[in-house]
Amino acid sequence: MVNLKINNNPVSVPEGTTILEAAAKLGLKIPTLCHINWDCFHVEHRSGSCRICVVEVTGKPNLAPACCTPVAEGMDVHTNTMRAIQARRTVLELLLSNHPKDCLVCTKNQNCNLQSLASEFNIQTIRYEGEQTKLAVDDNGAAIRRDMSKCIMCRRCETACNVVQTVGVLSGVNRGFNATVAPQNFLPLDQTACVFCGQCVLACPVGALTEISYKDEVWQALNDPSKTVIVQTAPAVRVAIGEKFDMQPGEISTGKLVAALRRLGFAKVFDTDWSADLTIMEEATELFGRIKSGKNLPLLTSCCPGWVNFLEHQFPDQLHMPSTAKSPQQMFGAIAKSYYADLIGVDPSDLVVVSIMPCLAKKYEAGRPEFAPNGVRDVDYVLSTRELASMIKEAGVMFNSLPDEDYDDPLGESSGASVIFGASGGVLEAALRTAADWILNAQPDGSIAYFEDAADSPIDFVAVRGLEGIKEATVKIGDLELKAAVVSGLGNARKLLEKIRSGESQYHAIEIMACPGGCINGGGQPYSFCSCGGSDVLEARKNAVYRADEGKAIRKSHLNPSIIKIYKDFLGHPNSELAHKLLHTHYCAKK
Amino acid sequence: MTCCCEKTESALEKLARLEPEKTAQLNAFIDTLPIGKDIESNRAHLIIALHQAQGIFGYLPSEVQQLIAERLKLTRSEIYGVISFYSYFTDKPIGRFKINVCCGTACFVKGANLVVEQFSRELNIKEGETSADGRFFLGVLRCVGACSLAPVVMVNERVYGNVTPAMVSQIIADCKD
Ligand code: SF4
Ligand code: SF4
Ligand code: SF4
Ligand code: FES
Repeated sequence: MVNLKINNNPVSVPEGTTILEAAAKLGLKIPTLCHINWDCFHVEHRSGSCRICVVEVTGKPNLAPACCTPVAEGMDVHTNTMRAIQARRTVLELLLSNHPKDCLVCTKNQNCNLQSLASEFNIQTIRYEGEQTKLAVDDNGAAIRRDMSKCIMCRRCETACNVVQTVGVLSGVNRGFNATVAPQNFLPLDQTACVFCGQCVLACPVGALTEISYKDEVWQALNDPSKTVIVQTAPAVRVAIGEKFDMQPGEISTGKLVAALRRLGFAKVFDTDWSADLTIMEEATELFGRIKSGKNLPLLTSCCPGWVNFLEHQFPDQLHMPSTAKSPQQMFGAIAKSYYADLIGVDPSDLVVVSIMPCLAKKYEAGRPEFAPNGVRDVDYVLSTRELASMIKEAGVMFNSLPDEDYDDPLGESSGASVIFGASGGVLEAALRTAADWILNAQPDGSIAYFEDAADSPIDFVAVRGLEGIKEATVKIGDLELKAAVVSGLGNARKLLEKIRSGESQYHAIEIMACPGGCINGGGQPYSFCSCGGSDVLEARKNAVYRADEGKAIRKSHLNPSIIKIYKDFLGHPNSELAHKLLHTHYCAKK
Repeated sequence: MTCCCEKTESALEKLARLEPEKTAQLNAFIDTLPIGKDIESNRAHLIIALHQAQGIFGYLPSEVQQLIAERLKLTRSEIYGVISFYSYFTDKPIGRFKINVCCGTACFVKGANLVVEQFSRELNIKEGETSADGRFFLGVLRCVGACSLAPVVMVNERVYGNVTPAMVSQIIADCKD
């Protein structure tokens, strides 16, 4: 242990601890801007570039950056000397002097680290004036908007993209005053290998990286009497949107979410959880088939469009591995524009499908040409959790005092297996619940008893839960020893895929989610996680997902009555010809 | 049904088709480098690879950057980061006539900046740019060591001394393909 004093308070910390961490132990928050510690993913970004965290160390001529200075025995640190305070203010004023300062009309208004520092430091005037960086906004594509005139060069996005995700499309370019962060040759993001996971957006402390918004388009549709506008909500939205309304992280606000969407004017409020159950039917059927034939193993999940993009760009030789099942969002869209449009007698082009997603890759996915049969998109607009919260506020809907309401039929009923899609491990666990019943209920003729429960079958596969990046489990189902792996974060996915490609690892099934921790940490979720820099918010969201599962009477997808009904009335059976046409897709190499 | 499958040729295929000899030359050079799995040690060979590539191709278009990225197992954005950091490297083709105006102290006091402005007006390009017809590049240098001749202009290997803005059109006229 190392003993030191901070503001005359003694503290002992392990060797290698930074002044910043030691101060936190004493309940002292030293301001930071470029530093971020994703402790639950074991990645720390310590570029030491902004110098907003400087403190005075007795005997040292220069001020020390607290975020990247390790403690030393007998160190005497003062965080709030006049010199340190002045230096920090000067740093901030210089940053502000080259900043557009259009906070009132910035998407990050009230969610910006630079803005809150200016307020905490009580900056009243900016003494420096000078040239301002002017760079064109990149809002090509469907998901991410880059306005680098707002960039403060903390380079957190680079760490998110290059170290956490290993996608590697962002890099510091140019130098001096012209320095900025950009893809190769300043290409727009949609012409690079970007997968639109949005982890860089979550990492950005200011308004330089944000989503492309479709709020206006949705308002227009809602106000167009010739359109029937329906909405689906992804599993991870219900455990996070409350944070935008001052609820504690991890509060489940499903009922209020449904009520708020009705108040906004959506004709029907449906649930992506419903189509997640449908996804399990299709995916588990594939898994069952591949296990039986022993061919084309492992089966990789395909519900994360960020991961699908990564596979298409980085592993174009492995496109046969994922399930061909579409993501729950696209399954919902396909059923809505066929079965449901028919049911209510509305032309698919007059039915507008909006999805509320924790995800920015879903914005890209909804625009893929193969998901627009005859030019009519299956999913018209995708809003992030954040965008929906802002629409609810704009509309004056008092979220916190709304009653709990239920989803509409027939695309609203769901099992506990679907809600856990929101956390890393959930898709695999849901698939295992269903596949286990099918294997235990083995039919003499080899067919599947699709909608039967099995006695004493397992429900909780706890080994695949949690925020760890790579989880492995061997599950015994009857005589079968099923080997499974769960990966979240694309850097981890790369590691595992390389092992599979080389034949070093063998599994039956693997779940992959692009965002570390799964969709609870999706690029469209409330920013609370990045500003606190800790794992408690994610942990709370994750626990909420599993609480929601436990609270459900039905916890297996194949026992969901509305799923049974749509196969009886419309699709026939899983992997039927019609199911293939509507619910399955293929992947394209991108190079 | 249309989809995202790209049927167009990739950037590397395009490069190999348009510049087969230069591509082979660069590949042969990279073959001599001890490139391995370790990205950190591959990174050490980046500058030399870029230097060779610029020597071979004259500049570093995005396809060449991509080739180097794939051979050294680095990302394209990182390579562009390095290219854009060093003024020596360029990702744009350089004109056949490289007009460099010395802006070292001696030349500058004697009005080199006016000479730059005059070139810029007559060629309709800014400093660091190449004219649309690919003939002229306009750059500035920091002292070529001929201060007694200030202001000095170099066009490829040829040196002009005591240059005034009035001489600029003649210098341009001297450039014959
Ligand atoms: S969205 Fe993901 S892949 Fe794209 S630049 Fe950001 S971090 Fe990289
Ligand atoms: S874009 Fe945002 S995260 Fe990236 S360097 Fe700039 S301010 Fe930092
Ligand atoms: S993990 Fe979830 S939020 Fe992240 S890209 Fe995949 S689907 Fe979207
Ligand atoms: S927070 Fe320490 S240098 Fe930026």
